[in-house]
Amino acid sequence: MLTADIEYYQPKSLNEAIDLFFQLKHVNKQPLYYSGGTEIITFRRLNLIQTGAIIDIKNIPECKIFELNDHFLITGASISLTYLEEKNFFPLLSKTSRGVADFTARNKITLGGNICGQIFYREAVLPFLLADSNVILAGYDGVKSLPIHMVFNQTLNLNEGQFLVQLQTEESYLSLPHYAIKKRQQWDTGYPLITIATLKKDGQLRIAFSGLCPFPFRSLEVEKELNNRQLPIDERIMNAIKYLPGPILNDVEGSKEYRLFVLRNTLKDIFRELEGE
Amino acid sequence: MAFLPLNKISVNLDINDEIYQAEIRPFSTLLSILRLELGLTGSKPGCLNGDCGACTIIMDGLPYKSCIILAVEAAGRKITTIEGLKNAPIQTAFIENFAFQCGYCTPGFIMNCHALISKYQNPSKETIKEWLESNICRCTSYEEIEKAVLSVIHNEVESRKE
Ligand SMILES: Cc1cc2nc3c(=O)[nH]c(=O)nc-3n(C[C@H](O)[C@H](O)[C@H](O)COP(=O)(O)OP(=O)(O)OC[C@H]3O[C@@H](n4cnc5c(N)ncnc54)[C@H](O)[C@@H]3O)c2cc1C
Ligand code: FES
Ligand code: FES
Repeated sequence: MLTADIEYYQPKSLNEAIDLFFQLKHVNKQPLYYSGGTEIITFRRLNLIQTGAIIDIKNIPECKIFELNDHFLITGASISLTYLEEKNFFPLLSKTSRGVADFTARNKITLGGNICGQIFYREAVLPFLLADSNVILAGYDGVKSLPIHMVFNQTLNLNEGQFLVQLQTEESYLSLPHYAIKKRQQWDTGYPLITIATLKKDGQLRIAFSGLCPFPFRSLEVEKELNNRQLPIDERIMNAIKYLPGPILNDVEGSKEYRLFVLRNTLKDIFRELEGE
Repeated sequence: MAFLPLNKISVNLDINDEIYQAEIRPFSTLLSILRLELGLTGSKPGCLNGDCGACTIIMDGLPYKSCIILAVEAAGRKITTIEGLKNAPIQTAFIENFAFQCGYCTPGFIMNCHALISKYQNPSKETIKEWLESNICRCTSYEEIEKAVLSVIHNEVESRKE
């Protein structure tokens, strides 16, 4: 059934949101959780999504938190990207986030929307992949905390009616040496040719990518090759490229060959920055 | 194809220090309500995707693109549109610096610049660049727009010295 109009709900608690989701689903409203809403509004206008009801989770207290608590940084899914940049508890996250869209749009785009959205860059997830964060999910079976690597594989794998409430990051990761870089073919805003976020822990580089493949990722095989200090950097990069998950994007932002060329050079910049090599 | 009857909700919108009561469809954007229901046509429709910034308004002190906000989300918040600025220094600076040609992007740019100058007394070059990148000017008046912003900042800094 198509609805001529869309209903809007603003629950005040996690349970209320989940109850609403299943009630609305039951009456065939195809409900969607709504956070910043920028993607939902745009996709609905272009008829790319169908929904009869949106559940705005911005006013749920757990989703609005951004604070250090008991050696963990708790990052609510509904905080805007500019808010987390201004507070700057996690500098790598702030720097990566600053590359998304533009400042005014980031006043509205939220962390949860960026990570759960259909637009596949999801750049804000990269720092959390590197910091082995936990994700807090709410669903019909309650609230769960899971390692991000268990639930994020290209996208955040959610059960029906489940939503992202928070990300929890150990405080010790927040101040590690890091580097974030976004390369575009032109202009200073817009989608990436490649975005790379890097964190150095215990002398080892951790690296996550967006814009290279049609999903963001961190690959332990790629990291192993890049950290193989027995080999010269060019060789390490060549070996690492063999382990990239496919396909490499070949689109209007840049051809596959150009992306790989930029990747090689950018990895060298990262080595210079974090390894002094 | 079955269509449900239109459901409308009533919201109070605090715009330019006036309270407007509007009956809106929940999925109407703030831009469409401003222009089509309230007659505030200063905010311009451009891309409707959040890319161009022609529709920028100020909400609780920050710039937002009104094409990617639902009007219902703006209820209870303090909104300023271009109609709410009355000879603000940035408006004069735009005229003095010839910071527009066709003028279509101007209301959006002015709202963004006004929010910037209101938030920061003396913003860094990087901050100015980061904020201004949110708007597109087809006529490429970028240099003049930057000059206009810098002139307001300069005047504010000088007047504080006195
Ligand atoms: C102008 C513009 C430029 C952009 N540029 C970039 C860019 O450079 N890089 C980049 O990475 N992205 C970019 N994006 C994409 C943007 O980050 C995503 O579209 C993101 O979804 C928007 O966040 P939101 O909070 O508005 O999401 P919403 O529109 O609220 O939601 C998007 C989707 O995520 C789901 N969702 C939202 N929150 C949750 C949650 N907590 N739990 C479960 N599901 C949830 C919604 O149901 C919906 O399906 C850009 C978007 C715009 C408008
Ligand atoms: S019309 Fe809103 S950003 Fe272009
Ligand atoms: S003055 Fe014409 S678009 Fe900016």
